[in-house]
Amino acid sequence: MNRTVTIEVKQLDRVVIRFAGDSGDGMQLTGDRFTAETASFGNDLSTLPNFPAEIRAPAGTLPGVSSFQLHFADHDILTPGDAPDVLIAMNPAALKANLRDVPRGATLIVDTADFTARNLKRIGYDENPLETGELDAYHVVPLNLTGMTVESVKEFGLTRKDASRAKNMYALGLVSWLFQRPVESTIKFLETKFASKPDIRDANIAAFRAGYNFGETAEEFSVRYEVKPAAMPTGQYRNISGNLALAYGLVAGAQRAGLPLVLGAYPITPASDVLHELSKLKRFNVTTIQAEDEIAGVGAALGAAFGGALGVTTSSGPGISLKSETIGLGVMLELPLVVCDIQRAGPSTGMPTKTEQADLLQVMFGRNGEAPLPVVAAQSPADCFAIAVEATRIAVTYRTPVIVLSDGYLANGSEPWQIPVIEDLPTIDPDFTTGPNATNDKGEPTYLPYLRDPETLARAWAVPGTAGLDHRIGGLEKEDKTGNISYDPANHDLMIRTRQAKVDGIAVPPLEVDDPDGTAKVLVLGWGSTYGPIGAGCRRVRKVGGKVAQAHLRHLNPFPSNLGEVLKSYDKVLVPEMNLGQLAMLLRAKYLVDVVSYAQVRGMPLGAAELAEVIGNLVEETEGIDDDARHMGEAAASLTHGEALHTEPNGRSNGHLHHPEGAR
Amino acid sequence: MSTVDLGLPSLPGGLHGVPAADGPQNRKEYVSDQEVRWCPGCGDYAVLAAFQGFLPELGIKRENVAMVSGIGCSSRFPYYLSTYGMHSIHGRAPAIATGLAVSRPDLSVWVVTGDGDALSIGGNHLIHTLRRNVNMKILLFNNRIYGLTKGQYSPTSETGKVTKSTPMGSVDNPFNPVSLALGAEATFVARTVDSDRKHLTSVLRAAAEHRGTAFVEIYQNCPIFNDNAFEAFKDPETRDDAIIPLVHGEPIKFGKEGRLGVVRDGFASLAVREIAGLPNGEADLVVHDAHTDDPAYAFALSRLTDAGVLHRAPIGVFRSVERPAYDDLVRHQVETAQQTQGPGDLQSLVTGSDTWTVN
Repeated sequence: MNRTVTIEVKQLDRVVIRFAGDSGDGMQLTGDRFTAETASFGNDLSTLPNFPAEIRAPAGTLPGVSSFQLHFADHDILTPGDAPDVLIAMNPAALKANLRDVPRGATLIVDTADFTARNLKRIGYDENPLETGELDAYHVVPLNLTGMTVESVKEFGLTRKDASRAKNMYALGLVSWLFQRPVESTIKFLETKFASKPDIRDANIAAFRAGYNFGETAEEFSVRYEVKPAAMPTGQYRNISGNLALAYGLVAGAQRAGLPLVLGAYPITPASDVLHELSKLKRFNVTTIQAEDEIAGVGAALGAAFGGALGVTTSSGPGISLKSETIGLGVMLELPLVVCDIQRAGPSTGMPTKTEQADLLQVMFGRNGEAPLPVVAAQSPADCFAIAVEATRIAVTYRTPVIVLSDGYLANGSEPWQIPVIEDLPTIDPDFTTGPNATNDKGEPTYLPYLRDPETLARAWAVPGTAGLDHRIGGLEKEDKTGNISYDPANHDLMIRTRQAKVDGIAVPPLEVDDPDGTAKVLVLGWGSTYGPIGAGCRRVRKVGGKVAQAHLRHLNPFPSNLGEVLKSYDKVLVPEMNLGQLAMLLRAKYLVDVVSYAQVRGMPLGAAELAEVIGNLVEETEGIDDDARHMGEAAASLTHGEALHTEPNGRSNGHLHHPEGAR
Repeated sequence: MSTVDLGLPSLPGGLHGVPAADGPQNRKEYVSDQEVRWCPGCGDYAVLAAFQGFLPELGIKRENVAMVSGIGCSSRFPYYLSTYGMHSIHGRAPAIATGLAVSRPDLSVWVVTGDGDALSIGGNHLIHTLRRNVNMKILLFNNRIYGLTKGQYSPTSETGKVTKSTPMGSVDNPFNPVSLALGAEATFVARTVDSDRKHLTSVLRAAAEHRGTAFVEIYQNCPIFNDNAFEAFKDPETRDDAIIPLVHGEPIKFGKEGRLGVVRDGFASLAVREIAGLPNGEADLVVHDAHTDDPAYAFALSRLTDAGVLHRAPIGVFRSVERPAYDDLVRHQVETAQQTQGPGDLQSLVTGSDTWTVN
């Protein structure tokens, strides 16, 4: 087939693409491959997988739809994008479930194979939406992807069912052509993945190539798109997801402390991948125990910590609830323990595969008695690495359980990561006690397990096997210094205050504020995975002339020591959260500052445009502009290219795929 | 999914890997400076004394003994021993001890627990520890009552028992701890009595020598809330008819003048019979074999225990079989990974295979 139309290449500065299909259609894999191609090309990127908790909900139904969204750009970006420019829908349910997120003007590439009357009726379409004109506002590309896939692999003699399974690779090939992605890594990947099944391997590669060639030769597409590599700081990069970064960070922390790592964990969405990754890393002196339940997971970690290892447990909100009592024991024993809470939508079982940040108050206060412990939170997928190292530093240095907060969005999302030099990471000194540290009243050398370092208030830590330092610790209140059981009222008060003072005194870096010219009256303060959307929202507001400062907390207990001062130096402090205002409550309680809480709890990341509108409105309100005269929020929200740090060169904008109507 | 051969390491003895003491030790070295705070007459005193007397004979370094307990009267045990110890939280000692045992092959790990701690709140950890066969010795002090909370019925209390929380009698069917352990396919299961120091010590010795989890139920009298629950085993008038002694390789024979014995009875069951009434007399008795691989035999033995008020029960080692220990296997995998793949290079791990460079 020869083309009669020349293909035009248009330059884009950024694209948001979403792959959607049945849970069994391999959409996550397809998204991962497109991400890998895009990363190796050098774009900045951010991803958002979105899938049902059911492994295989009935095929063709709305609950069974799984999707993967990728935002890639020629500049530094912060979010996986609010709305897709291109939706690839592998069946009618995928089209219906995702259409509400797709702005008019966007491109819909639809596999028509499953658009039968029966399938359509099942999901509530009386007529075929591809034929009724209801999609006229979109650029619809209907293709029989399944049929073409089966045709392209017929030489391998597979059943129709097996042959049609390669349709995701056909679709990937097509969009790889459309966006000029390098394809070598995907072919290499398929060769390795299906090495033991030559038929399947060859069929997938053939389907992938056929999809690519279809774009090249068919006349459905008159335009290809190019997104140039992003200018990023020099260095070596890779793409990494939050859970993988967390696993690597835990290993790095253990190595920098010179301790073996023992993970006790029970499978739970969305934390299980940390267990999977660590279980592969035995050669790094990593031991993983898949425990009988959440309580045993943290118990094993604490037992290993008693033995002198770095004890780690990983879970999500429901599991953290179960671990509370053991974490409280860790507070009392004053042993290092790293507890990772990969938050998901709650309460109770909630929405296991959806993201949320509503466990903050649980991890701060969800234990009996006065049981303070440090809390840190990662702000991006790659930051999960650094936050794990930081948690290890605090746990080992201060002999305390530390909570690491991540969430489903960070866990499964990915972004380019400038690979750190391991040798440059801080060293962590467990400072084990190996000999007597005191003298008893008979003048003999002795060991006091609760004798503290005057600087850090960390207690002495002697591990079993150390001669002459045997001692007993437990959950009962202990006497200062000796650690013996004590019911003395004054001692209890002293110990309560000492444990609190230890946590309050943990050295954490000061909060940095991004306030470009130092004249903003509004500060937007967040924590956790809202970093990207808040940053993108602030950039949009600045782009339309608004003045706004941004700061993000990675340390939630203790707070950075300059936080109170920062809060008081702005007229208004906006705190966006994916909960009902948990950080806002802590800030009000501690600093008596009447922060403005912006709370959305939808199980999805906050949108950049949504935040731009909220921030813009607050900036104008703070500057005394009347309600009906305000325009900044709306203007910032409807920007299509407001998130780049620097102004785009002229002439770029003619190549955009579409001009969205604005925020959802 | 597939399975692989784990390349099972076969390690000798429960104390393999634990460093030997520099010289002989005595009981006093194992006595801590803490005042013992159990009620006068509590069976725990006898167990503590026996244990302190027994530890020196293991010949291991004192600092390599680690005691982990849960919550309950018996769980105060670690405070009274000058070894490393952790008095943890209710029911969780086996889970905590699992982490300790896995990370420290050089320790002799002991769990001290009670009938409420191990069988009620901590039941899940107990059965999973037993099925995994983690290197630890679990001493379950069974007094058939909640003592520390002042007298509620426990999961081993007999049906109908009147306690503070069951004024009309308990409607719960009790656990037989030995049956439960055998149901979880524990590799070492024994029962002994607090007041029989010689027997108690011999069971502790066998437990210590076992590689994997050794489960020891100790009948222990609570003089305050459940006094004389085990009187049948202590009263010289009744004890010969109450105790069914299990001695490996010996016919199971007991009772005054040795008139009773254990015989096979129907499908996978055992029964107590008067020897005089047996067709072949003593030749019909079951010869105890603790190494029987099928736990059904030991389970049948455990069913000879009275479920209600105790008048008769087998005492001794029900089962002692070899199976690779969980922690040995876990460490074996870590060592194998290091040997076959070399020690991990973290820089190369975090770098991965798909990178690009920005100049």
